[in-house]
Amino acid sequence: MEAFVRMTAVAAPLVRANIDTDIIIPSREMKSVSKTGLKDGLFAGWRYTAVGGRDPKPDFVLNQPEYAGVGILLAGENVGCGSSREHAVWALHEYGFRAVIAPSFNPIFYNNCVRNGLCPVILPADVVAAIAAQVEADPANAKVTVDLEAQKVTAPDGSEYGFTLNNEEDRIALLNGYDAVDLTLLHKDAIDAFIASDQGQRPWVYL
Amino acid sequence: MTTPNPSPSTLFDKLWAQHLVHSNDAGVGLIAIDRVFLHERTGGIALKSLRAAGRQVADPARVFGTMDHIVDTHVGRNDDTRMPGGREFIVQTREAAKAEGVTIFDIGDKRQGIVHVVSPEQGIVLPGLTVVCPDSHTCTQGAMGALAWGIGSTEAEHALATRTLRINRPKTMRIIVNGVLGTGVTAKDLALTLLARHGSRGGQGHIVEFAGTAIEALEIEARLTLCNMGAELGCFSTIIAPDEKTFAYLEGRPYAPKGEVWDQAVAFWRTLKTDDGATFDKEIVLDASEVGPMITWGTSPQQAISIDGIVPYADEASAEIHQRAITYMDVTAGQPVEGLKIGSAFIGSCTNSRLSDLRRAAAILKGRKVADGVRAICVPGSGLVKEAAEAEGLDKVFIEAGFEWREPGCSMCFFAGGESFGAKERVVSSTNRNFESRQGPETRTHIASPEVVAASAIAGCLADPRKLAA
Repeated sequence: MEAFVRMTAVAAPLVRANIDTDIIIPSREMKSVSKTGLKDGLFAGWRYTAVGGRDPKPDFVLNQPEYAGVGILLAGENVGCGSSREHAVWALHEYGFRAVIAPSFNPIFYNNCVRNGLCPVILPADVVAAIAAQVEADPANAKVTVDLEAQKVTAPDGSEYGFTLNNEEDRIALLNGYDAVDLTLLHKDAIDAFIASDQGQRPWVYL
Repeated sequence: MTTPNPSPSTLFDKLWAQHLVHSNDAGVGLIAIDRVFLHERTGGIALKSLRAAGRQVADPARVFGTMDHIVDTHVGRNDDTRMPGGREFIVQTREAAKAEGVTIFDIGDKRQGIVHVVSPEQGIVLPGLTVVCPDSHTCTQGAMGALAWGIGSTEAEHALATRTLRINRPKTMRIIVNGVLGTGVTAKDLALTLLARHGSRGGQGHIVEFAGTAIEALEIEARLTLCNMGAELGCFSTIIAPDEKTFAYLEGRPYAPKGEVWDQAVAFWRTLKTDDGATFDKEIVLDASEVGPMITWGTSPQQAISIDGIVPYADEASAEIHQRAITYMDVTAGQPVEGLKIGSAFIGSCTNSRLSDLRRAAAILKGRKVADGVRAICVPGSGLVKEAAEAEGLDKVFIEAGFEWREPGCSMCFFAGGESFGAKERVVSSTNRNFESRQGPETRTHIASPEVVAASAIAGCLADPRKLAA
């Protein structure tokens, strides 16, 4: 996994509640058994004029030239709700996003972010709204910094806001790009011992 | 005199302790995973990536797969799908499962169907087990007293390779529902009522245990419906303590234990309940008599109202999102939902496609006809549900009423690029999500119980089944 330490980038304001994973990547845009080839399908329903088409809707944020080079998504409450499809995160990452700032996250989407080098940042709704307002005033220049090492977001006006991830382990994994399977297999002996003991306790579990 | 339990535990506390392999200072538990279920939409990629990373499925006997999300549901189907590229998902999932020695319920196997229908039906999910699937509605299976939750594909790879997951311990919530649900009022209506009151983040950060006399009174299939909708509450998962109904449902199922092990298992499962005096981080109490038939009016499951209610007016805090939903759904604040003309009706999905759902819908449809111009579709949840329904003649009731009677799968619960109800088409649906374009680009979805769907199909507009029966 690609590490995330800090990023200063253009931020895209899409501060609506309940942006679901069908919106982030419609099912019809998941065309192959692959984690790649998804960026063109990102927000397809909002981004293009016709279903399956590629003619941009000019008013959609990512189609505006000032948002070229975008790296941070500003979203509303409960971002990533709905389907567990990790393709939503793969599509965001492939497009160039490395952080999502929102007042709250769907739990599966949150984990999918952490496992794919996308930093999930929870900030209060009024702070997200304030950052979005600054960005909208001057999208190309009003850059936002997400610093996972220092655990703070710097708004375009220089205001700083602290944040924490759900747990320190996720932060260390993201900072270092650790693969969670590798970390877990360090405990392989403990897992084997657990299962050996559990087979006696709950034999019906083991088929 | 009995001595009070010095350290009463919730059901979740017990399951957490029973599965904890290792914990660290960060509040993360390494939790043993007892079952992994996969489907062709998100499971095939997990198996493929696992292999690409040079890893293997550690214990394939405890991993299962089914074809549900992309598979065609028309009679006479094969690997071809109406979704462009869909065939590849099916073929690659099948091949990857075969290579790893994973049992798969494939097209042509009557056990095939929607993962959360198949798993209880086969006795794969059992009380007290940890069950994961790269599917957000895995919480459905919590109705069996299992700790079951949805994950992403990368987490699925982790579970397959290590037989564990690293879990941030959730907080606990109990939703107590006492009293009696009225005639024609279902678990779906209860779930939509909870969503309307507590919102799509109402369960966030929590494992939700449903309890109370109204929950105990629910049959297993109704409990599965209720827990299914937990995904829309944003919670970690939902669970219901197993009881005699659970054991009776599971006894004799293909993957359930047999003989002495069955007896041993049941004795253990009887301990899987929240102790008296255990405390939850949050508790909600609801009286079942307050619940009536519900329907969604907007584009989030929380935008639900009574079928005899009106589209609400916006409050200041949600004005923008409210207006967006009003516009998308082509409704007006203050307008009654009953009587809104529909173009389509759908009965199916992991929420409401089990035998009891089909029976209740058929009871309404019997001797009646779907209104002119309404396209109506019924998709049984599994091949075994379909077979059982046909043995009772339910297929004839649906077909004679004017419904299409399909092969099992997720079908038009969501739009995968093939079949759609059509742009701006108003659909009443027994599914779980009414998101924008969920059932097809610009499709307008109203979610409700199978009873409301059946009554609406006949009326040609959103309708209250209680009035039809009268």
